[in-house]
Amino acid sequence: MNKLWLIVQREYLTRVQKKSFILTTLLIPFFFLLFIVVVSFIFSYEENEKNKIAIIDEAGIMNKTMKDENDLYFSFPNEGLASLKEKVANKEYNGVLVIPKPSSIEVKDFTVNYYTEDQLSLTTQISLERKIGRKIRDYKIATLGLDKNQLETLQSNVSIDPEPIKEGAQNQSSITGNILTAVGMMLGFIMVMIISINGSQVMMGVMEEKTNRIVEVMVSSVKPFELMLGKLIGIGGVTLTQMAIWAILFPLIFLGAQLFMGIDTAQTQVEMATAGSGISDEQAQDMALQIFTEISAINWWLIIPAFIIYLLLGFFMYSSLYAAAGSAIGDDLSEAQKLTLPLTLPIILSFYTMIPAMQAPNGTLATWGSIFPISAPFIMPARLAFDPPMWQVALSLILLIGTTVFFVWISGRIYRVGIFLYGKKVTFTEMGKWLFYKD
Amino acid sequence: MPILRLENVIKTYENHTAVNNVSFDVPKGSVFGLLGPNGAGKTSLIRIITTITGADSGAVYLDGEKLNSNHPSQIGYMPEERGLYKKMKVGDHLMYLAQLKGLSKKAAKEQIHYWFDKFSITDWWDKKVEELSKGMQQKIQFIATVIHRPKLLILDEPFSGLDPINTNLIKSEIDEMNQNGTSIIFSTHRMEQVEEVCEHIVLINQGQKILEGKVADVKNQFKDNLYKIKYTGSLPDNLQMTDAADDSYKIIGQGKKSITVQVTEESASNKLLNYLISKGVHIQSFNEILPTLNEIFIKQVGESEE
Repeated sequence: MNKLWLIVQREYLTRVQKKSFILTTLLIPFFFLLFIVVVSFIFSYEENEKNKIAIIDEAGIMNKTMKDENDLYFSFPNEGLASLKEKVANKEYNGVLVIPKPSSIEVKDFTVNYYTEDQLSLTTQISLERKIGRKIRDYKIATLGLDKNQLETLQSNVSIDPEPIKEGAQNQSSITGNILTAVGMMLGFIMVMIISINGSQVMMGVMEEKTNRIVEVMVSSVKPFELMLGKLIGIGGVTLTQMAIWAILFPLIFLGAQLFMGIDTAQTQVEMATAGSGISDEQAQDMALQIFTEISAINWWLIIPAFIIYLLLGFFMYSSLYAAAGSAIGDDLSEAQKLTLPLTLPIILSFYTMIPAMQAPNGTLATWGSIFPISAPFIMPARLAFDPPMWQVALSLILLIGTTVFFVWISGRIYRVGIFLYGKKVTFTEMGKWLFYKD
Repeated sequence: MPILRLENVIKTYENHTAVNNVSFDVPKGSVFGLLGPNGAGKTSLIRIITTITGADSGAVYLDGEKLNSNHPSQIGYMPEERGLYKKMKVGDHLMYLAQLKGLSKKAAKEQIHYWFDKFSITDWWDKKVEELSKGMQQKIQFIATVIHRPKLLILDEPFSGLDPINTNLIKSEIDEMNQNGTSIIFSTHRMEQVEEVCEHIVLINQGQKILEGKVADVKNQFKDNLYKIKYTGSLPDNLQMTDAADDSYKIIGQGKKSITVQVTEESASNKLLNYLISKGVHIQSFNEILPTLNEIFIKQVGESEE
């Protein structure tokens, strides 16, 4: 036990004290922030493009007024199309909008010509179409002599609000489903990244010990299994440390950015997501607020500990196999691919199973994917936000614990033989035989 | 009581027997040679003694006690294939290995400083292993092997890759440790080294013991009763060994001012000497020719494979 602790300590400390670890851990949140700032700059850059638009209102439906908005500036000069076109060519205007007189009040499809030398961007086009549409509507209302207020009451916005059957269950709003899916996918994605990155870390560590021949020295003091387990626990600890630092650093940096630089990261993200859909800033702000209310309403007190448990189990399950693969590879790096393919494949498959599973988080695929131990670490945490039935979580955990213990055992058996073999190509059949070697 | 006793040790792998019913004793305080060609089963035997693997059957006793999990801390093992963590600092590395051998932090530190002083490398603590030359790394390797002051030291090809200066340094350290009571097992196929340092040997081939005993006894056992006689002046022309009382001499080699004579029985050497003197030969030296361990090794290994 004491020896195991010494190994864990060494594996942990040598990694945590590395410059590369300190740099990546501290810099990644900053890069992430930088990424968001750059992206938001790119998005706002387009909005800053001022469009001066001259309108020729042949129909006389505009009343010479059109509200400037989103960097669109309108004017109604008393000039003909020909001279305005010249002004567009001279860059005095960005374009000329010619509104023809509708042939009758019943016309529903209305074509407006826009003369310009620039490319009309999608957002500008949508914005213009909507504005002109509203003007035409007002014009029709006035012409038909309808009461505008009465007409407004005809329009109703419908949103579906899911309500739980059982009393006391958490109430959900209409966008909850989307948010939970997004959160679930993110958790699954983080899981895939962590498990595959750390798996190869473990493998490289084992290969290094073998090619260095330090393993020959080590085994005269400790059992090979202790050596392997120590490495797994040490690297697992490094991962948890990194995540803990990020859990503190990410919110701090984002909060700091908001306070000192006035960058509203949340809104930027919503803007990024809604750009081009014609949603106004106010709507975006509302949406951001709603999303954040929804996200904070998720049962994080269940999801975070569960995520960590699944992360640890998944890590031990896969990393032990990576350690076994590393022990069998030794000097020959080209061997690595053959031996690690059976490990990366299930991770990738699980990830691709998770995507459709999140569309129907209580469907058959999601249910069995989150119970089957090989894919459970990726799919169950993603499902947790959707409150899956307790028996499924329990079953999934029991199977996962069992499989993890079994895989760690198998890997230990392969490892203890593999680390002593040099310059020999290893087949899977051979590795299978190693399981039954006596100590 | 021997420091190490092996009784009918057998270890089989999937398709071959690495150690086939081997028994021998390593006397306490001795320097013991474990010899054999490559692939003879030396490393398999050492791995059993160091508890890295277990024997399929048979028993191993360390200092009279059946081998158990406490024993690795009493054994120092320097494997033939050896290495260190390249990125670790020398001091930290030795601390780590020493603590794994059961030393307390304090004791480990004391020992490291003791050896650093001894090898005059006191400023190495903060150096990274990868900054050291190969010879320097081997010094560290040696310190790591002996830092816990083991009762039994097992050195597998200890001098392979060592320069002459380090070889001498390590040799004298081994000597000193042996004089202080440490028993040492030397595993090698370099016979000239064995003759230099070992008192006892065991020869293994194809997993089986083919020879065992004190170096002097083994040599005697395999000697051919040959004598090399150097003389000044000249031999009488008619020197006939058969002139002596019986047919017990035979000149089997003649060099410039020397002859090699084989006697049929050991006690005949005096008679031979007397005979030569009586014939007026001026004898400069009269030496028994003993076989080198190398010769015995090659002969025995060859025979065992026939």
